[in-house]
Amino acid sequence: MSKHFFGDTAVLLGRSLRHITRSPDTIVTTVIMPIAMLLLFVYVFGGAIRTGSDSYVNYMLPGILLITVASGIAYTAYRLFMDIKGGIFERFQSMPTARSSVLWAHVLTSLVANLVSLVVVMLVALLMGFRSGAGVLAWLSVAGILILFTLALTWIAVIPGLSATTLEGASAFSYPLIFLPFLSSAFVPTDTMPGPLRVFAENQPVTSIVNAIRDLFAQQPVGNDIWIALAWCAGILIVAYGFAMNTYRRKIS
Amino acid sequence: MTTQQTPAIHVHGLEKSYKELRVLRGVDFTVARGSIFALLGTNGAGKTTVVKILSTLLKANAGTARVNGFDVATQAADVRESISLTGQFAAVDEILSGRENLVLVARLRHLKDPGAIADELLARFSLTDAGGRKVATYSGGMRRRLDIAMSLIGNPPIIFLDEPTTGLDPQARIEVWQAVKELAAQGTTVLLTTQYLDEAEQLADRIAILHEGRIIVNGTLAELKQLLPPAKVEYVEKQPTLEDVFLTLVGTKA
Repeated sequence: MSKHFFGDTAVLLGRSLRHITRSPDTIVTTVIMPIAMLLLFVYVFGGAIRTGSDSYVNYMLPGILLITVASGIAYTAYRLFMDIKGGIFERFQSMPTARSSVLWAHVLTSLVANLVSLVVVMLVALLMGFRSGAGVLAWLSVAGILILFTLALTWIAVIPGLSATTLEGASAFSYPLIFLPFLSSAFVPTDTMPGPLRVFAENQPVTSIVNAIRDLFAQQPVGNDIWIALAWCAGILIVAYGFAMNTYRRKIS
Repeated sequence: MTTQQTPAIHVHGLEKSYKELRVLRGVDFTVARGSIFALLGTNGAGKTTVVKILSTLLKANAGTARVNGFDVATQAADVRESISLTGQFAAVDEILSGRENLVLVARLRHLKDPGAIADELLARFSLTDAGGRKVATYSGGMRRRLDIAMSLIGNPPIIFLDEPTTGLDPQARIEVWQAVKELAAQGTTVLLTTQYLDEAEQLADRIAILHEGRIIVNGTLAELKQLLPPAKVEYVEKQPTLEDVFLTLVGTKA
C-alpha cells in the first residue's frame, strides 16, 4: 500500500462529496422511492396486512431502510462509470497517487451519502409514527449492521461501475437488489408464502438482516438473527470486494 | 539513471494485442530530452495504445519501454512521478470549478500550497476570470487549456499529449499549439500523437509515422521530405486558405 493512501483517499473523498453537495438531487432521488413505499405500504396496504405487531411502520421500516441503501448504491456505479468515461479515472491512475484510493473514495462517498439518506427516511418514519425505545447499544448495533450492509452493496456496485459499457448497464444491476426485500420478511411474515418461495424468503440475507434490526428496535432478544445477518453482510462484502478488485486489476493491466 | 545522457523515452520491440487483434507489432523509437516528438498515424494505428503503455495504464505483451530512465513494467511508480498524461478527451471534473480542478491535482501530487499553484496556472492559461466557474460551462478550448494546465502541475519532465487538438476549432487549436511550444521552450519533453499532418509539421522536432503496428518512418521534417522526389519549382498564385480567412475575420492575434 502506498504511503499516500489515506491522504489521497481523503482528497478524492472531498472531491466526490463536493459532487453530492452540488447536486443534492442524488440524495433526493435516492430517498424518494423508499419514502413513497413507506407511505404506500403504511397508509394503503398496511391496514390489510396482519403482522402480529401493533404498528406497521415499526414492522416495515427495517425493510425500507435496506431498500434505501439498495437504491442509493446505484449512484456509486454511476459516478465511477462517469469518471472512467470522462477520462479523469485514467488521469488519476497515471499520477503518482495511491491507485486504489480512487475506488475507496467512491466507496466512502457511498457510505456518507447513504447514511444521509437513511437519516432522512428515518425522520419521515418518525413523522409517520415510528417509535422505538431502543437504547444506545441497540441503535449502535443497527447503525453497524446498516454500515456493513452499505459497504457490501457498494462493493457490488463497483463491479458494474468499472466494467459497464453504457450508463444504463452501470445502474441496472441495482433493480434486483431493490426487489429482494419483497421476497423476505420485510413487509409480510413469511409463513403465508407458498413452499419454495418461503424457503427462499426465510434463508436469503434480507430476512435475517430485517429481523435483527426489527428486534433491536423493538427491544426484543435478537437471537441468532444478528449473527446470521452479520455473517451475510461480511460474506457479501468479502466476495464483492474480491470480484471488484479483480475487475479493477484487469482494467488497469 | 536520469542524467541528461539517457533519453527521455526509449521504446524497443513493443508489442500489444487485444485478443486476436495485433495492435502493436514491434514498435521502436527514442525521444531526446527537451524535444517535441510527434507520433503520426491514422485512427486505430495504435497511437493511444503506445501512450497508455508509456503512462503505465496498459501492460505490453512484449518489448521494453523506459520513461525518464525507469522501466514502465517494473518501476511504474517512478514513471508516474516523471510524467503527465493529457488524454484524448479533456479529463477534467465538470462539476468542480477550474481552480478546484487544479487544486485537486496539486493535492494528489502532494505539493505544497496547492492554491498558489492553481492561481499561477490560471493566469498562465488565461483562465483567471473563469477560474471560479464550473467547468461544465467552459468552451472546448478552455477545457483543453485547463486539461493541459492540470498536466503541468508538479513540473513533470515528460508530458504525453494524446491528440491534443482533436475536436477543437482553429482558434483553440492555435492556443494549444502555443502552450505546447512554451512547454518545450522550458525544457519539458513532449510526446504528442496526432492525425493532423500540419500539427506535426508545426510542432515537432521529430516525427514518427505509426502504421499497422510499426514505426515505418522516423526523422526530422527535413529528413522526411527528402524521402520524396526533390521539389519542383512551380509558380502558383498564393490563395489565402479558408483558415486564414476565418482567423482574419474573427480577429485572432495568434
